[in-house]
Amino acid sequence: MEEKRYTISIYSENNIGLLNRISGIFLKRHINIESLNVSKSEIENISKFTIVINTTEDWAHKIVRQIEKQIEVIKAYYHTDEETIFLQTALFKIASNLLFDERQIQNIIKESNAEIVTVSRDFFVLSKSGRRHEIDEMHEKLEPYGIMQFVRSARLAVTKAEMPISRLLHDFYQDK
Amino acid sequence: MESVKSEKQSKTKTTLHISGAEAIVRCLLEEGVDLIFGYPGGAIMPVYDELYKFQDSLNHVLTRHEQGATHAAQGYARVSGKVGVAIATSGPGATNLVTGLADAQIDSTPMVCITGQVPRHLLGSDAFQETDIIGISTPVTKWNYQITEASEIPEIMAKAFYIAKSGRPGPVLIDITKNAQFDSFDFSYEKCERIRSYKAVPKPDEKAIETAASLINSAKKPFIVFGQGVILGNAEEEFKAFIEKTGIPSAWTILGLSALPSDHPQNVGMVGMHGNYGPNVLTNECDVLIAIGMRFDDRVTGNLDTYAKQARIIHFDIDPAEINKNVKADVAVLGDAKETLSLILDKVEANTHETWHQEFAKKDKDEYEAVIRHDILPTKPGLTMGEVVMAINEASNKDAVIVTDVGQHQMVACRYAQFKKSKSSITSGGLGTMGFALPAAIGAKMGAMHREVVAIIGDGGYQMTIQELATIFQNKTPVKIVVLNNNFLGMVRQWQELFFEKRYASTEMVNPDFVKIAEGYFIKARRVTERHDLNDAVREMIKSKEPYFLEVEVEKENNVFPMIPSGASVSDVRLK
Repeated sequence: MEEKRYTISIYSENNIGLLNRISGIFLKRHINIESLNVSKSEIENISKFTIVINTTEDWAHKIVRQIEKQIEVIKAYYHTDEETIFLQTALFKIASNLLFDERQIQNIIKESNAEIVTVSRDFFVLSKSGRRHEIDEMHEKLEPYGIMQFVRSARLAVTKAEMPISRLLHDFYQDK
Repeated sequence: MESVKSEKQSKTKTTLHISGAEAIVRCLLEEGVDLIFGYPGGAIMPVYDELYKFQDSLNHVLTRHEQGATHAAQGYARVSGKVGVAIATSGPGATNLVTGLADAQIDSTPMVCITGQVPRHLLGSDAFQETDIIGISTPVTKWNYQITEASEIPEIMAKAFYIAKSGRPGPVLIDITKNAQFDSFDFSYEKCERIRSYKAVPKPDEKAIETAASLINSAKKPFIVFGQGVILGNAEEEFKAFIEKTGIPSAWTILGLSALPSDHPQNVGMVGMHGNYGPNVLTNECDVLIAIGMRFDDRVTGNLDTYAKQARIIHFDIDPAEINKNVKADVAVLGDAKETLSLILDKVEANTHETWHQEFAKKDKDEYEAVIRHDILPTKPGLTMGEVVMAINEASNKDAVIVTDVGQHQMVACRYAQFKKSKSSITSGGLGTMGFALPAAIGAKMGAMHREVVAIIGDGGYQMTIQELATIFQNKTPVKIVVLNNNFLGMVRQWQELFFEKRYASTEMVNPDFVKIAEGYFIKARRVTERHDLNDAVREMIKSKEPYFLEVEVEKENNVFPMIPSGASVSDVRLK
């Protein structure tokens, strides 16, 4: 079966140790996590994990079942790139003198739609949000001038289809 | 967590102002626990102090190693259907639980382990006997939690028991810092009945049951493979009704053993690597394979690419993660076996499948001539494991709980031991834990004092937890211990003979005098080396009201057959 990029979305309780429990599921199967993000979700007190992996659909399915099996996981889903809206953010720290000495840098900033987050005497910081390849392109262009620090966030994604967690919880409280 | 807490405000009981340590003991009593296994140490001492005070209502059995406590708790759980409880201190006490946790996880055994932990203010300081047992135990527990405040105890303990026993059961570890054991708080207890993020039992799907029933009704050669799900779901009666109505030949996985009486005419034996010939070969000839409460372990299926490819597969299971994990199911029937099997009963048609049964009978005859006869009625000198198991069947009237370890003796015991009642075969199936049987037998006996409990163990595994003889002596637990001694790590030796050109790397065992060792623990002991002494010795052992140790010197280099070589197809099961 063909390998593809899958975005796994997990809705869970916000408890210590759950990240370890979830990452262990990938570890046990020798699957590399491409990116991982944990944040609050649209529902109060419920966390959301967004994990990107390269694998077959069969494995994506099995992994999601194993994740859902964890006691503190409410529900997990997997989606392809086509089924999600996603982006990443990167920060570039660059020496301030380059902004004046290398005119080309200003063009790169403009062309890439990057934002200047801060400028100080010694360095300035650029932020770029977008698809992975856009960030890679910007990185490639800036690299010859020297990047003091670089960091790229995990993928953030929302799905086109509904993930009906509120309804699940509503049903739980109604059942009582 | 606030919303979870708010669900539980309907407290009816009067509150007590007590220490966390006392609260832990009271939680156990609230859950109906009257027996726990464990080993004390620094970080769990406040709880032991309370156990001392509560000893009239809660019996604590001191094992000689924490691993023994976990296996005893497993044996107790497997025989009784109740949650087994083991308790240990922090650090090495906690890490010694890991094998038992892993065993309980893979064999779905309900168990709650409680560990002491260094005080909260010392967490992360590499304090004496500090270890990250939450991190270590995460992959081998159904759930785990670290309590750092006394007030968390009732809710967490209630969750621990609910999670351990509900749905697909499993082990839970609760780590409790020492300050939480000392601190006092207002205690009240309410049992946990549900958790919003956890669905214990999926609701059966009417349509899936309809589809499964019509597949079964139109099948010409249907075949059932059942596992421990039947036992864990207390579904033995429903299962029997289902197979008796449909007339389908039924084979068991190692953990399904004893769910169906051995002499039931539709019981066609064991599947898997050392299972019976017919069930293995005919797996690849059936037209509908009905898997009930089993998980298609690789030891059952052999090579998946050639496993039951001709058959439509119906998979009954309580755990959605098992569906399509190893074998793709045409129909998945999710739910508790007791419920799904009773739902399907009205929808299936009565049948006998006589000619299909004859194929099993034919294969059984082949296996009898090639293997079984030589195992159970040997004519050559040298005792076989099979004849010892048959002698135990006879002396115990086929009514004993048989606890086995791991290796050749385990396969032979599971092949030949006969059962009338469910929950009577206790073995380490998924993890294959050598050293399991002796402590598990202690727990099994304590969980079923009215029953005969016989541990059958190899000379290798016996020495991995042999210190539990002291637990048997101290508690005067009348378990019967049979060591089948071939002075080899027999199963590994068998593989070395068959697949490594007889290079017996580190499998020969130079053993001590096992009889003297047992006698050193004041346990009555006897050794048998000749066939003519066997029946008498086994009878004497079964008759004994006290613990009894029997060593049987068996042939050194016998092999277990049939055998599906690792990675081969079930059709290629070898008779020699």
